[in-house]
Amino acid sequence: MRISTGVARRRSRAVTLSTSGLLALGLVLTGCGSDGDSGTDDAAGGDKQITLRVGTFGSFGFDNKTGAKLYAEYEKLNPNIKIEETNVADGQKYWDALKLRLSQGSGLADIQAIEVGYIAEATGDAMASKWVDLGKADGADTSAFLDWKVKQATTRNDQVIALGTDIGPMGICYRKDLFEKAGLPTDREQVGQLWAGDWNKFLEQGEKYKAKAPDGTAFHDSASGLFNAVISSEPDQYSDESGKLHWEGSPGVAKAWDVAVKAAQGGLTGKLRQFDEKGTWNAAFKNSKFATVACPSWMTGIIKDQAGPANKGKWDIAQAPVPANWGGSFLAVPKAGKNTAEAAKLAAWLTAPEQQAKVFAVNGNIPSTTAGLSSEAVQNAQPEYYPGVPVGKIYSAAAQKITPAPIGRYDGQVKTFLTDNGILDIETRGTAPDKAWNNVKKLIEDKIDQ
Amino acid sequence: MATSLQPDQDASPPVVLSGSPTEPKKHRDPDGWRSRLYRLDLKATPYVYVAPFFLVFAAFGLFPLVYTGWLSLQKVELGGEAEWRGFDNYLRLWDSDFFWNALANTFTIGLISTVPQLLMALGLAHLLNYRIRGRGFYRVAVLAPYATSIAAAALVFAQLFNTDYGLINQLLGYVGIDAVNWETEKWPAQIAISTIVTWRWTGYNALIYLAAMQAVPNDLYEAAALDGASRFRQFISITIPSIKPTILFTIVVSTIGATQLFGEPLIFGGSLGIGGGSGNQYQTLSLLMYEKGWITGALGQASAIAWVMLLLLLLIGLVQHLLGRSGRGKKKDGAARS
Repeated sequence: MRISTGVARRRSRAVTLSTSGLLALGLVLTGCGSDGDSGTDDAAGGDKQITLRVGTFGSFGFDNKTGAKLYAEYEKLNPNIKIEETNVADGQKYWDALKLRLSQGSGLADIQAIEVGYIAEATGDAMASKWVDLGKADGADTSAFLDWKVKQATTRNDQVIALGTDIGPMGICYRKDLFEKAGLPTDREQVGQLWAGDWNKFLEQGEKYKAKAPDGTAFHDSASGLFNAVISSEPDQYSDESGKLHWEGSPGVAKAWDVAVKAAQGGLTGKLRQFDEKGTWNAAFKNSKFATVACPSWMTGIIKDQAGPANKGKWDIAQAPVPANWGGSFLAVPKAGKNTAEAAKLAAWLTAPEQQAKVFAVNGNIPSTTAGLSSEAVQNAQPEYYPGVPVGKIYSAAAQKITPAPIGRYDGQVKTFLTDNGILDIETRGTAPDKAWNNVKKLIEDKIDQ
Repeated sequence: MATSLQPDQDASPPVVLSGSPTEPKKHRDPDGWRSRLYRLDLKATPYVYVAPFFLVFAAFGLFPLVYTGWLSLQKVELGGEAEWRGFDNYLRLWDSDFFWNALANTFTIGLISTVPQLLMALGLAHLLNYRIRGRGFYRVAVLAPYATSIAAAALVFAQLFNTDYGLINQLLGYVGIDAVNWETEKWPAQIAISTIVTWRWTGYNALIYLAAMQAVPNDLYEAAALDGASRFRQFISITIPSIKPTILFTIVVSTIGATQLFGEPLIFGGSLGIGGGSGNQYQTLSLLMYEKGWITGALGQASAIAWVMLLLLLLIGLVQHLLGRSGRGKKKDGAARS
């Protein structure tokens, strides 16, 4: 390239300028860095001031803003501890990042939340050694939890690597106002009877709704959400009793696929992706784009946050066609953290029955401890956002009917492929179901088998 | 060094006589270690000066390259042990629909983004080359997108292209065109992603072209004007041939950029970004590599993709080099070179 000398000279001046700019920036950056360092140094040396970081996804309801203000409470009980939460909306993204950080042993929070879809991977041989054994942690009492919840977080060597926060007994949340406009009953008992016992009945009501649907609304939020709801009600899901993947032959997957495809092709869904990072799903709550959403207990907190005050009192909860458990989470403490002992204490405290009940009252996450489940606080809970709805009774009743399905280490990933690449593809791009199924199969074969 | 010492020694006896007689001795005595040190200094210093670059390059360039190559022959799970596998990873890529799909997507997105981008940059540079008022302002303005971070740009464009709430579909609606599914359908999505790339890089390339255009001697234009050539004719017959090496350079750089396209589709796709949409309709090679490595945890396969990308780039570079040479060969030597 030819550059005239004039340009060259000007450029060199520009280079000097920008270099000095960079230097200044560098100073600012290092300044910030050393500030942070000295902060932690002081903490370690002084009055044992400790900052514990908690990494979560979705909505855990611990925080001081919209949650149960548990952090503030714990900080008051332990003045030397400060708690910071970092939250990622999308559970899959959260897990992907967490896995990466675990393998590097850096960038981890002191406490990391784990969704049940990934707990088998976390307890698996490749990862089990990276977590603190919470079974022996200060203040942790594993016998307080539902048996199957503890079993899910136990490794082959009988270490309990995570404590359960909540479980996901499911109902169907529906918009009373939209149901009324579409000529469907609005009483939660009646609504529950409409589809009791069979997901296909749920689709039938969807057809009825569609016939008289208020403009711009769909019956259900997303076909992939429906897939998750249906499979959550199946005793046989992605893996068999030994934890081996058998999604292709699984009657649960077949059933869920079938129902979700019917809903997608019948135009009963809002063509959304749940927890979409671009916020389209969230916006649809606010803009009343759909009348029903499959509603594990933790979803009630999400509805509250996303639908906002304008839609308060419009949502009600009916029983699901088939009793189901969708999701639920755990708190684990990575060994790579600086203050593992304090972190384990906090994790034990956050998952204790009393705290679970407090979270439930605000955020709807139903306790995973037997004492929490049967507590007065949960039974008589009356979240402000759902006036007149006996949320506590509905979900603790649903929790009694849960039969836990076997889980395996690939469940979460297979679920993501089936929903994001299968159902969503059919729903939004009109792909033929056979083709979509084949795509999913190829994806799973390609990505899971190394 | 020897030559520089020689005359001094030879000439010293007559000149330095009045001075100190020990001087020559001083010279002779260290002739052993001191001059050797001096010689070493002269010889080694340049290497010491350039060493930092090569050390850094070895640590952050060469080592990862070689290590990736070694990994690509293994079965490695993220956080697990390596297990020898030979060229199996590469064979699997050959058989993988996802690899070919990603390769095709990389190619088409690269084409849709690079070609208009360079053409527009050329036109823009031509306009900026005129004596217009506020030239400096335009030149800075044109570079502004380049200074914007990919993440910010991609986020804004993702909002603009949103199917339900986006500005672009709204505007299309005013003209009477149905809403386009920018996110889910293959070609609209690829065009949307290419738009982000084009928006970001057009100004940058325009400035490079502008710099080259300013070096084209003015008398060529004057002569052409005297002959009655129009502005457009001058552009085609003088400007383009004169800045051909620069054009080739930008083509090489943009091709490399297009092959490595990652951030734009990742952020544009939101939660589905890494897979490149529900049907992998805009998954590029880099995204596939990332997905393999960090999502699936198959580091061996990811490394194999990385190496295939490197080989691909070398191949493209070679082709472009050959094309450039053959193009230059036709010209009289010297004129087009330099």
